[in-house]
Amino acid sequence: MTVPLGAYLVLSAALFTMGVTGVLVRRNALVVFMSIELMLNSVNLSFIAFARQLGRIEGQVSVFFVMVIAAVEVVVGLAIIIAIFRTRDTVDIDDVDLLRG
Amino acid sequence: MEVILFAAAALGALAGGVGVIASRPPVRSALSLLLVLGSLAVLYLLLDAQFIAALQVIIYAGAIVVLFLFVIMLLHARTGEGRTEKLRAQRTVAYVLAAGFLAAIVTVLRTRPATELGAAPEGFGTAQAVGTSLFTSYVLPFELASVVLLVGIIAAVVIGRPAGGMR
Repeated sequence: MTVPLGAYLVLSAALFTMGVTGVLVRRNALVVFMSIELMLNSVNLSFIAFARQLGRIEGQVSVFFVMVIAAVEVVVGLAIIIAIFRTRDTVDIDDVDLLRG
Repeated sequence: MEVILFAAAALGALAGGVGVIASRPPVRSALSLLLVLGSLAVLYLLLDAQFIAALQVIIYAGAIVVLFLFVIMLLHARTGEGRTEKLRAQRTVAYVLAAGFLAAIVTVLRTRPATELGAAPEGFGTAQAVGTSLFTSYVLPFELASVVLLVGIIAAVVIGRPAGGMR
């Protein structure tokens, strides 16, 4: 007995929804970032599942690029969070709601 | 066997996902994220993506989570959340929208006919297969990715620099 494709896709959808909920509900910038990582990973799971089903390697190549961009995004994002923390002494995104500094 | 592994990894991923968004100390969120990433690596192995599973452990579980933990430790002073909400009913609306979103996706998925995963082609998902594709058909995006990484490094250095320039 094998696991059908739909099981992977439903799991991916559930993880993505958790990520969305985290971004909408949490106000700690670090946790919001982790929720974004959660969403990226759920999409990666869909990519891998479809690559397996279609027998094509392009899905896995896409995941590779998503990982590269995720790494860059985390580095720049955490640098921004540290910069905000230095000037505002907070990482609560509700405290940072002005476009000007 | 495959079903048992899938169930265990899926449960781990879901539990970790709840942990990321529900736990109060950020350290616990980061460790829950680690659980999600590890469970997904198991799922990747089940889906014949050995190379991506290794990358998942090295890049995500290794580098990104450590970076998160490092920043959490660095900012330990005050990383909590205030009690007051600026937008009224923000949480309620967020939960309703997220539930609707999940319902929409699952509804769409249920309209598809159930498909079994067939047998994978020989050598599918090995480092050789992914590498061959990367360095032949996708060599230009690969080079662009390296440029993006370089830009990210420079941006992190510039943003992280103390105000008033280098001393």
